Amino acid sequence: MSLSYLLEQTLNGITLGGLYALVALGYTLVYGILLMINFAHSELFMLGGYVGLGVLKVLSDPAVAKATGWGFLEPIQSFFMSGNFGFVMLLVATFGISAIVVGILGMFIERFAYRPLRHAPRLAPLISAIGVSIFLQNAVLLWIDSKQLPYTRVDGSAFVTAKTAFTIGSVNVSTMQVFIVVTSLVLLALLDTFVSKTRIGRAMRATSQDREAAGLMGVDINRVIALAFFIGPALGAIAGVFNGMYYGSVKFNMGFIPGIKSFTAAVIGGIGNLRGAMLGGFLLGIVESLASGFLSNAYRDVVAFVVLILVLIFRPGGLLGEAVAEKV
Amino acid sequence: MTAEAKMARNKKRILYTAIAVLMVIVPLVFQASTGLGFLVRILVIVGIWVLLALGLNIVVGYAGLLDLGYIAFYAMGAYAGVLIGQSFSSVLGGATYWVMLIPAAIAGAVTGLALGFPVLRLRGDYLAIVTLGFGEIVRICLNNNIFGLTNGANGLPQGSDQLVPPFGAIWLQDNVRFETPLGQFVFSQNLFWYFIVVGLCIGAIIVITRLDDSRLGRAWVAMRENEVAAAACGVNIMTQKLWAFSLGALSGGVAGVTFAYVQQFISPESFTFMESVFVVCIIVLGGMGSIRGVIVGALLIRGVPDLIQGLAVAGVLKLPGEAISMITGYRFLVFGLLMVVMMAVRPQGIIPSSRRARELHPEDDSILADEDQSLWDLEHREQSSAHNP
Repeated sequence: MSLSYLLEQTLNGITLGGLYALVALGYTLVYGILLMINFAHSELFMLGGYVGLGVLKVLSDPAVAKATGWGFLEPIQSFFMSGNFGFVMLLVATFGISAIVVGILGMFIERFAYRPLRHAPRLAPLISAIGVSIFLQNAVLLWIDSKQLPYTRVDGSAFVTAKTAFTIGSVNVSTMQVFIVVTSLVLLALLDTFVSKTRIGRAMRATSQDREAAGLMGVDINRVIALAFFIGPALGAIAGVFNGMYYGSVKFNMGFIPGIKSFTAAVIGGIGNLRGAMLGGFLLGIVESLASGFLSNAYRDVVAFVVLILVLIFRPGGLLGEAVAEKV
Repeated sequence: MTAEAKMARNKKRILYTAIAVLMVIVPLVFQASTGLGFLVRILVIVGIWVLLALGLNIVVGYAGLLDLGYIAFYAMGAYAGVLIGQSFSSVLGGATYWVMLIPAAIAGAVTGLALGFPVLRLRGDYLAIVTLGFGEIVRICLNNNIFGLTNGANGLPQGSDQLVPPFGAIWLQDNVRFETPLGQFVFSQNLFWYFIVVGLCIGAIIVITRLDDSRLGRAWVAMRENEVAAAACGVNIMTQKLWAFSLGALSGGVAGVTFAYVQQFISPESFTFMESVFVVCIIVLGGMGSIRGVIVGALLIRGVPDLIQGLAVAGVLKLPGEAISMITGYRFLVFGLLMVVMMAVRPQGIIPSSRRARELHPEDDSILADEDQSLWDLEHREQSSAHNP
């Protein structure tokens, strides 16, 4: 129960918070525009981890090149595995491909599972989203693997080895932790600027305020919604890759709990509010980490759920959200 | 009454009689056939799921509140029934199960009230997430052996303890046995449970049908369609929601204790989020708010895959081994897809509730188009009459 333990738990919490925040942005973006909880978002986070693992294996695992017999992989792999530039490019490729693939999948899901239900009663898209979520989980379970997959090369070496970036007192902060937190902050800043400064960002804000009116003013609603369903899952996928690298494995059901927690984070910050989602993510990460460190590790998931219930009861608008009166 | 109506009524009577006869004969035949006795057990489990789905249907179908943590009430009923039952089984003996129905129902209903009271103010999808969180909290607590009561992941009853079967089950099993052309018939405990579960389901159906037609049922419909309008008409939203929630939870508790005494064992594994989704899926597929729909849904989702698998394992149905494992493996994948497709194609379910079918859906495009058309007709008739006086 020393100070350094407190500091260590807080640091873990901030890292975890960065992951939650990235996923929470996806929930909040979609909720802001469509007023629906994209229940399948947690599965997109999970798929991001899987796609990232696949890309890493293809681009930097010699055993994979050998097993597939694809000779053309060898020069590519030697480029990505040599030197710092290659390594940075490897990370860019991994995150980029994972984000794009999962983003497109997100748009695809919106097109086929949610768009037909846009005028249906409110529970219909939620049930549909639960269906998508179950489908994706089981698709991974059946067609990829039901067991936990290590986030390493075939020979067991990690793709990204975490080094100590700096120390505070006696506590080491790893490069991975710094990387996660900085990336999530940068992505938030980018997204925030995108939504507040660009033309399409303005269209997004208009759509979230009043979909019909925005449509009448010439905003292509379907495009805006599709864009939200690209950006959200893409950010979720990036978090999924981070999650795999940080915790060292992926599993088909790994999305469920972080998904609910990230949703909690979005609610804490005020759903529909981008900065709120970020704030909520970090707050929840720290609270959870401290609670698991000082109270009980077995009940760490309970903490998040209790926080969710308390926030929804006492401040359903969230910390940065406005109270919205029910429209009649 | 016209001749047609009479014929329709007669047809209905014949259909219901046929179903009732089948419900008695099928388990008896299974029981009598050599090697098929275990299928009765599957029927018992399906029956318990019918009961569960009927309970959740009050909450989702009638009151329109999506509850994704319904399995928590099932768990509360099961654990309450087992824990209390174990302490009193020496006194109660064969009556343990019957007496335990009461604490299990109370445990379910009280949990329902305790959860409902703070969260029912929340709007639809928020409510869904909070109930999901609650369901997970209950499961995690059970799994972590909370208060040293639940024995964690190892489940209950502990060690060599056993739950006492209800009165008569053992006697029937020992004394009613005779040869049939199909094999030896034994009035097994499974068969005994089958009739208990069917009785519980019929009881639940009667209660729910009467509820649906009562003042409370009408209030639920009003609330489900438009909360603000219902409140303006004098419906006390909070009270009605709590009624729906606690009645649904009560039914879940009864199903839970029955499950515990049938299985003779419970562990947190039986009460995961997927089980909650299973029940929701049954209701969505069958038809929200429709009793017949929910029963058909439970049979299709819980019964058919298990029965096919069971028959295949017993060798009655000739299926290759891969097909059997396909049924198990692809089950959830298909359910997920089914939920998406149902919402898009037939959101009212296989057998829609007759009351829901009669409701107005002004958001429906075709109705809007009809209205436009009739307005247009009206205007033109006036115009043409103005031209030709």
